Amino acid sequence: MEARAGYDASVFQPLTERPSSVTRKIIAFLGSDQRLMVGGILLILYVVIGLVGPSISPYDLNAPDLAVRMQAPSSTHWLGTDRIGRDVLTRIIAGSRVSLQVAAGAVLMALLLGAPLGAFGSYIGGTIDALVQRVMEGIMSFPALVLALALVALAGPSVIMLWFAIAFSSIPRYARLIRSGVLTQKEREYVDAARALGQSPMRILVKQILPNIMAPIAVQLTLDFARAISVEASLSYLGLGLSVPYISWGTMIRDAQDFLEVAPWLAIFPGLALVGVILAFTIVGDALRDRMDPRMRRSLSRRLV
Amino acid sequence: MLMRYATMRLAQLIPMVLVVTMVVFFIMMIVPGDPVMVMLGAVDGAQVSREVYDAMRLQLGLDKPLIVQYLNWLSKVLQGDLGTSITFRTSALEVIFLRLVPTMYLMIGGLIVAVIIAVPAGVLAAIHNNTKWDHLATGFVVLGISVPTFWLALVTILIFAVYLGWLPSIGYTRPQDDFIEFLKHIALPMSVVALNIAATVLRFQRQDFLEQMHQDYVRTARAKGLSERLVLWKHVLRNSLMTTVTVVGLQMAYLSGLITIVESVFNYPGIGYLLLNSIRTRDFIVVQGVVLFMVFLVIIVNLLVDIFYTVLDPRIRYQ
Repeated sequence: MEARAGYDASVFQPLTERPSSVTRKIIAFLGSDQRLMVGGILLILYVVIGLVGPSISPYDLNAPDLAVRMQAPSSTHWLGTDRIGRDVLTRIIAGSRVSLQVAAGAVLMALLLGAPLGAFGSYIGGTIDALVQRVMEGIMSFPALVLALALVALAGPSVIMLWFAIAFSSIPRYARLIRSGVLTQKEREYVDAARALGQSPMRILVKQILPNIMAPIAVQLTLDFARAISVEASLSYLGLGLSVPYISWGTMIRDAQDFLEVAPWLAIFPGLALVGVILAFTIVGDALRDRMDPRMRRSLSRRLV
Repeated sequence: MLMRYATMRLAQLIPMVLVVTMVVFFIMMIVPGDPVMVMLGAVDGAQVSREVYDAMRLQLGLDKPLIVQYLNWLSKVLQGDLGTSITFRTSALEVIFLRLVPTMYLMIGGLIVAVIIAVPAGVLAAIHNNTKWDHLATGFVVLGISVPTFWLALVTILIFAVYLGWLPSIGYTRPQDDFIEFLKHIALPMSVVALNIAATVLRFQRQDFLEQMHQDYVRTARAKGLSERLVLWKHVLRNSLMTTVTVVGLQMAYLSGLITIVESVFNYPGIGYLLLNSIRTRDFIVVQGVVLFMVFLVIIVNLLVDIFYTVLDPRIRYQ
């Protein structure tokens, strides 16, 4: 019954308490689940580091310093230096920005392309809906990484192409999520009520139905964020990511591969940074799903009974 | 009944094959530059003789409307003609088949190892729900999902090849040449594939087993006095194995991406390695061929899983 008790406690706030501020609400939300707390803090850390950027480091991002080539981690260079003497930590910090930006763009693009397809398909129904569904099924049978690889390799890497390549195979997930959401919500009474009030279909869709299906979408976005970061790093590792002015963890690991025996830290630290951020998104996504997905909650309570 | 189901399922494949081939066909169009030069692999200002150019132009049928081009291309693809490789100068399908065997060892071996690890582990995690064993299993799942494959592969190389020196870090030996060397070379890449797949299988195995444990038939089995071991490991496991089959089948698409990365890290000469090499040499015929090949593999495996499913559970046929 533990999970239930925790959930109930956050719902029934004492009436005497003053209306809480937004920050207090966020803290209460994060505190309601250990996973949310740990993952959330980790995520905030990554975002802050990404926003502040490499300027907090005393070392230059790109200038080679041949006097300190390939140095192991030390008190001056916490995570060591690379083959031309650049500080690894500084470059990892710079890499977080690229990683988060590319992933954010890809995830948003998947949502923006998938959502209308799902919404209009299900609203119109009939042949168009069936057609959209078949196309989505087709896209889903592609290996996501291979498709992204082919797209980037053929079109050449640019930020927008990278977004699209990573987003493409996620489009069906959003289309289907929104389609099933709209189909179930369409029959609900509040939609009937809105229709009786004379609201336009578009308005009903955006103002009434959408807020009611936000929870599963938020979960999917979080989990897709983790996936997008992983795909971006993989593409960069394979030499198909963003090139020189951008610094990607995947590229750093690729460059480090030749020095695995003499300078393993070059491969280990960017990898740990990568694992940290993916882990954070995954556990936050999982925790959100357990919390928000009514289906999951039911199966959880059934299990507890 | 089964035949009818299989035929129906096959008919449903037609739109899917159309969509998939269309996507691949149009992806090839986004390559910047003259499509004839692109198809000849002459993208970086290389010279091509007039005859070769015209022959390729004719073969692509670029003077015809797009839909005709697509249909011509599709009919060739469906007959197994994926074009002629630019770098190898032989049929792309042949090039792919030559590299298929090492990939199959990796895929099938990885899947088998994954199932051997994940099914018992998933069952144990479910039976001992909310104990430290369960948490350990969940931790493994979360890590397995979060650690990027290429980095995991590098770490295994670092540990087992660089530090311990037990296994070679890269390369491949054919089993018919030297079986021990073959095992040594495939051990690391196969472990990486297996760990990745095992995480997903374990996750679903555990979840499904947990749900099955509360079904009515379990209560009935217990009520008639079967031992707990018999109930769980025979009745429940048999039912939840359906999920495992589905999950493994659905992993096929993921697996294709996985082996591409793994083969690249370990310089393992399979079709994933071929794909990356072809991207590097800009042999777009082979790139296209490998992508198509992988997608068809995914579709076929999913079809087989569906049919297998109805063999296991006759109720599905009647729905």
